[in-house]
Amino acid sequence: MSTATKTFEHVGTRPIRHDGLDKVTGRANYGADYALPGMLHGYVVRSPHAHARIVSIDTSAAEAMAGVKAVVTGSDIPKTNAKLVMGEAALDLGAMGDNALAHDKALYEGHAVAAVAATSPEIASAAAEAIRVVYEPLQPVMNVDQALAPDALILHDGMVTKGRPKPDAPTRTNVALRMELTRGDLDKGFAGADVVIERTFTTPMVHQGYIEPHACVARWGEDGQVVVWTSTQGHFVVRDCCAGILGIDAARIKVIPSEIGGGFGGKIPVYLEPVAIALARKAHRPVKLVMSREDVFRASGPTSGTKIRVKLGAKKDGSFVAASASLYYEAGAYAGSPAGAGAMCAIAAYDIPNFLVEAYDIVVNRPKVAAYRAPGAPAAAFAVESVVDEVARRLGKDPIELRLQNAVREGDQAAYGPEFGPIGLREVLEAARCHPHWKAPLVPQPGRKVGRGVACGFWFNAGLNSSATVSLSADGSANVVTGNPDIGGTRVAQALMVSEELGIPVERVRPIVADTDSIGYNDVTGGSRVCYATGMAVIEAARDAQAQLRARAAKIWDVPVEQVGWERGRAIALNGASGREPLTVSELAAKLMHTGGPIIGSATVNAPMAGPAFGAHICDLEVDEDTGVSRVVRYTVVQDVGKAVHPSYVEGQMQGGASQGIGWALNEEYVYDAEGHLQNPGFLDYRMPVASDLPMIDTVIIEVANPLHPYGVRGVGEVPIVPPLAAVANAMHDATRVRFTALPLSPPRVLAALKQRG
Amino acid sequence: MPQTQAYEAPRTLADAVRLLSTDGHARPLAGGTDLLVQSRATQKLPSTFVDLKRIPELVGIEVGPDGLRLGAATSAAVICEHAEARRLWPGLVEAIGLLGSTQIQGRASVGGNLCNGSPAADTTCSLIVNRARGVIAGAKGERTVEVERFTTGPGRTVLEPGDLLVALVVPRPAARTADAYLRLIPRSEMDIAAAGAAASVTLDERGVCTAARVAIGAVAPTALLVPAAADALIGSRLDDAALRRAADAASAAARPIDDKRGTAVYRKTVVGVLTRRAAGIAAERARARP
Ligand SMILES: Cc1cc2nc3c(=O)[nH]c(=O)nc-3n(C[C@H](O)[C@H](O)[C@H](O)COP(=O)(O)OP(=O)(O)OC[C@H]3O[C@@H](n4cnc5c(N)ncnc54)[C@H](O)[C@@H]3O)c2cc1C
Repeated sequence: MSTATKTFEHVGTRPIRHDGLDKVTGRANYGADYALPGMLHGYVVRSPHAHARIVSIDTSAAEAMAGVKAVVTGSDIPKTNAKLVMGEAALDLGAMGDNALAHDKALYEGHAVAAVAATSPEIASAAAEAIRVVYEPLQPVMNVDQALAPDALILHDGMVTKGRPKPDAPTRTNVALRMELTRGDLDKGFAGADVVIERTFTTPMVHQGYIEPHACVARWGEDGQVVVWTSTQGHFVVRDCCAGILGIDAARIKVIPSEIGGGFGGKIPVYLEPVAIALARKAHRPVKLVMSREDVFRASGPTSGTKIRVKLGAKKDGSFVAASASLYYEAGAYAGSPAGAGAMCAIAAYDIPNFLVEAYDIVVNRPKVAAYRAPGAPAAAFAVESVVDEVARRLGKDPIELRLQNAVREGDQAAYGPEFGPIGLREVLEAARCHPHWKAPLVPQPGRKVGRGVACGFWFNAGLNSSATVSLSADGSANVVTGNPDIGGTRVAQALMVSEELGIPVERVRPIVADTDSIGYNDVTGGSRVCYATGMAVIEAARDAQAQLRARAAKIWDVPVEQVGWERGRAIALNGASGREPLTVSELAAKLMHTGGPIIGSATVNAPMAGPAFGAHICDLEVDEDTGVSRVVRYTVVQDVGKAVHPSYVEGQMQGGASQGIGWALNEEYVYDAEGHLQNPGFLDYRMPVASDLPMIDTVIIEVANPLHPYGVRGVGEVPIVPPLAAVANAMHDATRVRFTALPLSPPRVLAALKQRG
Repeated sequence: MPQTQAYEAPRTLADAVRLLSTDGHARPLAGGTDLLVQSRATQKLPSTFVDLKRIPELVGIEVGPDGLRLGAATSAAVICEHAEARRLWPGLVEAIGLLGSTQIQGRASVGGNLCNGSPAADTTCSLIVNRARGVIAGAKGERTVEVERFTTGPGRTVLEPGDLLVALVVPRPAARTADAYLRLIPRSEMDIAAAGAAASVTLDERGVCTAARVAIGAVAPTALLVPAAADALIGSRLDDAALRRAADAASAAARPIDDKRGTAVYRKTVVGVLTRRAAGIAAERARARP
C-alpha cells in the first residue's frame, strides 16, 4: 500500500537494534546507574501542601548533622525572567527554576522547597526531615472550574492573560493565555445545519508513566567546569536550561545523556539537574539525585486535565458546515498547558467552512504539566471525535464514510493555518474501511455487551535543528553520531540511512548519541522529529561522505570527479571513464590513508516544517454491564507514516501510543483529595494497562511520502496516542448506548451511568 | 534514621518464637511481598527480619482424611500445583492463584496474606467460607483461631507480639460441597480488589442447599462472614431468585468507603454481583460432585 516511488535496499528492513542486547540483558546504563568517586546522595524536601506561602526555612539542624555536606533552598536559585527558545515555543526558565526549588510559594503537593546532599542516602533523608519549613497554607485551586470562579484564589500575583483575552476578562486571573482560531461566519454556518450536536467533555490529569524515574549526577569541578550525567530527552536543552536557571555560562556545562527509560515528553524539562549542580557547587563533591516513583507522580510533568465544549453542525448529506469549541486546559502550577496545540489539532482532520475554536491555559495547584506525546491533541480529539460519532449516528451514516466525506486533502487550508501538502488522511480512512476488523461481526461473550468505535487523530510533527556526522573507518565500517537520546529506536533507523546511502551493512554502522561537547547542537528528542529531522542530517552527512568517496575514486582512477557515480554502495565509472571496475566502500576505505586521509561527512538541518500525519483507530470493547468492567478485545491502528525506515519500531510506536491512549481512556487518572493531596502516586493505584489487559494491537502502515524528506519520512511517535480516547469511548457507546463525556471509563463511572440509563 | 537490620533464619519454631518475643522490633518474614514493599515505602525497617521459610512446620501442604494443613509460609505457586487441594477447594486455590503475578506467586504465602491484615486480601474470604482455622504459636504456647476472627481491623490481627501463625487447617468438605471466589479489579491482574466474595455450598441428593457460607472482602475494615447471605441460599435449589437474595444480603452487609479504588456505592453494588456469581459457580461445582 505504498505511494512512495523510491525503492530502497536497506530502509524498510528490520535488523536488530544496536542497543537491544544491552537493554534486554540489563547492561545498558540509565540515569540512576552512574556513580563517581566521592559522590554524595541528595534528597529533596517537598511541600506537603498543595498551596502555601513559605514563611521560613531553617536548615541549621540539618547542616549540623554529621555527613551532611550541603543544603540548598530557593535562595540558591536566582529568580530570572530568562526564556529559552525552542522552535515555536519558549521555555520560561524563571518558572522552571521556581519549580526546581520554590522561592516564595509552594504551588502543589510535592513542590521542591529544599535539598540536602550527604554521604549516604539514609543521612540525606534524615537531614531532610530535620529541615524546618514553616508554611502558611492557602486554599488550593485544583481544577478549571475552581480556577475560573469569580472568587478564586490567584496562584500568581500579576498574572495577565496573554494572547487574545476576552474584552471583559478579569484583570486578576488564573488564565495565562487565551487563543482563538476562526474562519467564516459561525452563525450563518450553524443556521444552515440540519443536525447540531453540542456536548461538554472532561479528561483527567494523566501521567506518561515512563518506567525510569528522573535521575542525574552533577559534578562541579575546581575549575568551575560542570558535568551532568542525566536521563533526558535533550541534553542540549538541559545544558541551556541549567545555565539560564543558575546564571552560569553554558560553555562551562557539559551534559552526558544516559540511556533513557521512556520520556514521552516528560523528560524535556529539568527538575533535578539545577538542584544537583547547586548542591555540588556547595559541597565540592559530585551529587546524585534520583526521584522515587512517588516523586515522579507528584512532581514531574503529567499532562493537563481538560474541560472541552464542542458544537458541530452538519447537513443531512453529512457535510460539516460549522464547528465551535472551547478548550480549557489545566497548566499545573505555571503557565504552559498544551491548550493551544489542542485547539490547533481539534478539527484539523476536517474541512469545515465556518468555525471558532478558543483555548484557555489555566494555572492550578497541581504539578506543572510537561509535554506528553502529541501534547494537547488526545483530549481535543476525544471531544471532537465523540461528537463526530454522534453526528454519524444521528444521520444514520457510517462513521468512516462521514469522516471520509469531510476529510481534508492536499491543497486544503488547515484549520490551524497552513495549506496541506500531500497528506494521507483519505488513504488511512480507506484502509480502515477495507480492513477485515471493520467488517468482522461483533460477537459478545455470554453476559457481556460488545461495541465497536472508530476515531481519527492528527499531529503536526516537528522539524527543528539537528546535527550529524558520519565518519568512515579504514575497515569500511562507519560511525554515525547525533545528539538525540534514542527513545524509540532512532539509532538503528539512522544506521539504516547510512547503509542506504553508503552501502555499508547496518551491523557495521555504529550509531552514537554524543554529549553536548562532542557533536553540534540538536534539539530535543520530541515532536516525532528524530527519524525525520535528525535523519535528514544523517542522510546529508552520509551523502557528504559519499561525495568525498567519489572524489577518492576519481583520484584512484585519475578521472574528473564528474565521471564518478555512486550506485548500491559502490563508486562506478560514468561515461568517459568506462572500463574501470566499480570500487566498493570497503575497497575505497582500505585506501583512505593513501588517497587523502580520513573521511568525515557532516551536516546540519534547520527544518522549520515537518510532515503532518493522520491515523485512524478501530476499537472493539466488551463490557460487563453488572460491574462496569470493560476490556478492549480487538484494536487496529492505521497510520500514515510517510516512510517506515524500520517497520518494527514504527509498529512499536503505533502500538505503544494506542496502549497509552487506551489506559487514558479506561483507568488512568490523578486522584486528589479536597486538600489537593495526590491519592495514587504509584502504579498500583495509578492504573496503567498491564500486558494482560490488552489484545495484540494490529497495525497497518500507510506510506504517503512526505516531500520534505529525502525518503518521505513523517513523524510517527505521537499520532497514535490521539485517536484512542475517542475510539474507546465510541466503542463504549456502541456497546451501551451511553455517550460518555468524562474519562476515565473506570468501572464505577460506567456502572453509575448504566444505572442511570436503566 | 532506619537502623541497621539483621536477618535471621531460624530452623525451629521455638527459636523463631524466642527471636520474636525477645525483640519487639523484629518482624516475621514469609515471602516478603508485603513486608519488604512496606519497609521500602515507609523507610522503616524492622530491627530483625525473622525468615520463616526454614521452619519445617511452616512450609508444606498436606491433604489427609481430616482435611488440609497448610504451612503458613508455603508459597502460592507450590499450593497451586497440588492437584488434590485444587480438586477439593477449587475456590480457595483459585484465590491463592490470584495473588500477584508469576514472580509474586513464587514467594507470596497465605500466612503473609492473612497476617498483613488487609481487608482486600484475596485469600481471606475463601479461608472463611471453608471454615479454616489458624494455628498460632507464641511464648504462651499454641492456640487456634477461626479465620473470620483473625483480622480485627485494617492491618490488625489477633497476633500478639512474639506470636507466629504456624499453619492453616481446613476441614475436609462434606459430600456435594464446593466453593468459589471472585474479586473485582479494574485491570486483569496486578491490582487490589475493590470487592471480593467467596461462597461455599453443600447440596443434598436432590440438589437442595443444606449448608452455605458466604464471605465478602474489601467492603469493610475486615473481611466479613455474611450469615444472612448464607441463609438466603440454604433451603433453596440455588436458583436465580435465591442467588439474588444472597446478593442483596451481601450488599446490605457491606460497609465500604469511598476511595481511590472505587466509590462506596459501587462497591456495595458489585459485592452483591460477585456474591451471586460466586455462589452460582460454587453451586455448579457442587452439582458436579458425587
Ligand atoms: C506486585 C504485587 C501484587 C500483589 N497482588 C496481590 C493480590 O492480587 N492479592 C492480594 O491479596 N495480595 C497481593 N499482593 C500482596 C502480597 O503479595 C500478599 O498479601 C501475600 O500473600 C503476602 O505474603 P508474603 O508471604 O509475601 O508476606 P510477607 O510480606 O512476608 O508478610 C506480610 C506480613 O505478615 C507478617 N507475617 C508473615 N507471615 C507470618 C506468620 N506466619 N506469622 C506471623 N506473621 C507473619 C509479616 O511480618 C508481615 O507483616 C501483591 C503484592 C505485590 C508486591
